[in-house]
Amino acid sequence: MATTTTEQLGGYGQSVKRKEDPRFLRGKGTYIDDIKLPGMLYMDIVRSPFAHAKITNITTQPALDIPGVLAVITGKDLDAAGLAWMPTLMSDRQMVLPVDTVMYQMQEVAAVIADSRYAAADGAAAVEVDYEPLEVVVDPFKALQDDAPILRPDREIKSNRIFHWEAGDSAATDKAFAEADVVVEQDMYIPRIHVASIETCGCIAQVDEVSGKLTVWMTTQAPHAIRTVFSLVSGIPETKIRVISPDIGGGFGGKVPVYPGYVIAVVAALTTGKPVKWIEDRSENLQADSFARDYHMKARLAATQDGTIKALDVVTIADHGAFDAAANPSKFPAGLFSIATGSYDLETAHVEVDGVYTNKPPGGVAYRCSFRVTEAVHMIERMVDILADEIGADAAELRFKNFIQPDQFPYKSPTGWEYDSGNYPAALQKALDQIGYQDLLREQQEKRERGELMGIGISTFTEIVGAGPSNTFDILGIKMFDSAEIRIHPTGSAIVRIGVQTQGQGHETTFAQIVADELGLPVDNIIVEHGDTDTAPYGLGTYASRSTPTAGAATAMAARKIRAKAKELAAHLLEVSADDLEWVDHKFQVKGSPGSSKSMAEIAFAAYTNHPQGMEAGLEAVSYYDPPNLTFPFGAYICVVDIDRGTGMVKIRRFLAIDDCGTVINPMIVEGQIHGGLAMGMAPALLEEISYDEHGNIRGGTFMDYLLPTAMETPAWETGRTVTPSPHHPFGAKGVGESATVGAPPAIVNAVVDALSHLGVRHIDIPITPWKVYKILEEHGAAE
Amino acid sequence: MQTLPVTVTVNGDEHTAEVEPRLLLVHFIRENLGLTGTHIGCDTTSCGACAILYDGKPIKSCTMFAVQANGHDLQTVEGLANGPTLHPIQDGFFQEHGLQCGFCTPGMMMVASALLEQNPAPTDLEIREAISGNLCRCTGYVNIVRSIQHAASAMRAEESVAAD
Repeated sequence: MATTTTEQLGGYGQSVKRKEDPRFLRGKGTYIDDIKLPGMLYMDIVRSPFAHAKITNITTQPALDIPGVLAVITGKDLDAAGLAWMPTLMSDRQMVLPVDTVMYQMQEVAAVIADSRYAAADGAAAVEVDYEPLEVVVDPFKALQDDAPILRPDREIKSNRIFHWEAGDSAATDKAFAEADVVVEQDMYIPRIHVASIETCGCIAQVDEVSGKLTVWMTTQAPHAIRTVFSLVSGIPETKIRVISPDIGGGFGGKVPVYPGYVIAVVAALTTGKPVKWIEDRSENLQADSFARDYHMKARLAATQDGTIKALDVVTIADHGAFDAAANPSKFPAGLFSIATGSYDLETAHVEVDGVYTNKPPGGVAYRCSFRVTEAVHMIERMVDILADEIGADAAELRFKNFIQPDQFPYKSPTGWEYDSGNYPAALQKALDQIGYQDLLREQQEKRERGELMGIGISTFTEIVGAGPSNTFDILGIKMFDSAEIRIHPTGSAIVRIGVQTQGQGHETTFAQIVADELGLPVDNIIVEHGDTDTAPYGLGTYASRSTPTAGAATAMAARKIRAKAKELAAHLLEVSADDLEWVDHKFQVKGSPGSSKSMAEIAFAAYTNHPQGMEAGLEAVSYYDPPNLTFPFGAYICVVDIDRGTGMVKIRRFLAIDDCGTVINPMIVEGQIHGGLAMGMAPALLEEISYDEHGNIRGGTFMDYLLPTAMETPAWETGRTVTPSPHHPFGAKGVGESATVGAPPAIVNAVVDALSHLGVRHIDIPITPWKVYKILEEHGAAE
Repeated sequence: MQTLPVTVTVNGDEHTAEVEPRLLLVHFIRENLGLTGTHIGCDTTSCGACAILYDGKPIKSCTMFAVQANGHDLQTVEGLANGPTLHPIQDGFFQEHGLQCGFCTPGMMMVASALLEQNPAPTDLEIREAISGNLCRCTGYVNIVRSIQHAASAMRAEESVAAD
């Protein structure tokens, strides 16, 4: 029998073309706004122009007078049903619609239901709301002062401090700083940014008039968790709630939270008895949903004179807006920020974060990163460069000197993480060789002598993804395992259903590849379904680069359960003992007798037509995988920039990303994930920021002034990789979706600062806009 | 409610309807004609997810009223393939992993197809300029540029075969 190779099957390591592409290429995807149900109504939302105000009156009649408008829903209506507030994922609560006070500009105030999209918009414009402005707090430091108004009087604790959290060893860190030869210190602000997936958020809620079953199609990255939350809040049993996540036009963390619009649409469907669709405009999406970052950090490094880093200390104020509606695991109010010691072997560290309420929309949600890891990486990678500048060391040499060495894994970090595996020197060396570091240094020297500004920036980051082990990771008490279910059909094809959900990552392809390789079935014969709570096994969804580490592992484990049964079937077919069989070349063969074997297709057929007496028929398995640890992807990035002295414009000339995400399922898809992540790393480094004036007015709430990178600013990314498999993952994978977003910003900032370091510049907060650079050049007499 | 008649040819088929004068062309295409491959990603003419061809030229269909298109020839992503055979642009995106979530893809492909009609051998920079009005949040653009180059090569090869 011919050998069936991994390459022929489309298994691990193969750049299989994506199975999901044909429908998208033909415009036949099914995104939320593409779904149209008979009799469907449309919802539009009235939003607050004030950042903090009393609502003194709402007049709905002018809206109801508009032809086509059927209903206006206000906070008082919801309050009567006990639904004016909803729980957040962080054990806070959030207004669905305000009863008497608005907390931020663009907050939902009322909803208009109409028989067309245009009538709903007309109705929203016609609702009259009277406000009495209240004192606005936009600065989290002011929010913590004694004379600040209490923004959340509904809470038991009368303070604008949401939480105080710390990790590491405070006393040992203080001692290390007291004894240090060198201490460097830097304040850094990582501004508020927005994921801005090209598809905004929306939903359709429908109640079946016969069964009473509620079906919600929604732009969610975590349909099962949403179903459970809906059930807990409404009292409707989970059997009568179906959440379907259709094709999703980008997620990046922005489609994890439950926004008020979803809940109001459900209420509208329940009260009207008709399906109700709600789709956000871009401006609503950018101004009211899911903000990331907003971290004010004060960081210090302690080191010896020769550059051995001893200790790290970081104090952070995190602006979470008016409600703590972040999406971190419950026990981690500051996410995984304590990964802050990065790739370096420090003796000790102490990090602390205070979460604060302000009159801004809820913040603290991811922007393509695993729970505050980007902030941590930005800080440590900047601090290492600042230390290099202080002691006159080369940025690469200082990193080599302080790396956790390959033989130190598994490595216990000073803040309590156990890094599973890594080889940081190999990744950095590869990056330096590939980009020609020494030549670049020479070129920079020559340019500097001619007065030209060129910078080289390095970032050698460690990610922490794959949440997570059930002993520490849960969301609202639900453990963060994930799942897969595989059924093999009689003719040797398979359906795989998974607890995670794709928003472009290509799960329909990569999860099929896992099964192809584990079971010896061609990838074309395997379909992957996800996103429907009525059919998919329970899982916590796709975010924080967790799909492959958790549900990918579950898929391999389910396949291995099937393989175990297949072995018994093969033994029956070959009339030998199962102990006499081995799995070779993707089939079971009799040991020492390669001619005597059974393929999975033959075994599958037998499972339905010729199974031994006493064995159950069929060939299927389910796995719920509880990861023993997180995974720790890493990388070494080098950025080369040129700066125009006449305009302050930073041009990324080259950007090389060497990534290590362990075993690679599909190199084409991994490269695509890195490319996209790099663009979303460059975006906040150079372009994107959401800021507010003192009245809480948002600045930059449309795509006219919130600048996503276009093809013109984005460089031709260069990539490469090393492979250090995760020792605890069933096939060694670590997750990759967010590495580049996490690792890229400090490489870019380090390059810009390097270009200006001879002027005495040591730090620039992001985004590094031409205006900021030009001002610096002007101050130093270096502008043209 | 006042309405006006509109007649357009879309992907070769003529459609006539009575519509509100304020109806956006993108809503007419998506809601009235049911061609949902043309997407909406913003409200400021910035993202290009709604790009279609209007008499062969790329436009953003969110920034035109349906009635303004009266009498014109439109092409959407649904008109790219020739039955089961993908247009070289579509095949280019498939081969070079030029899409991830797929939401910006129809607009990107429409703009790219117009570019290649005008310029069969564009440089990478010319491609980047052509798609600079189309935002993609997933791919980092490199593979989109490769996809369009892939299509350009395929179309040039077809052209030279046809010429022979």
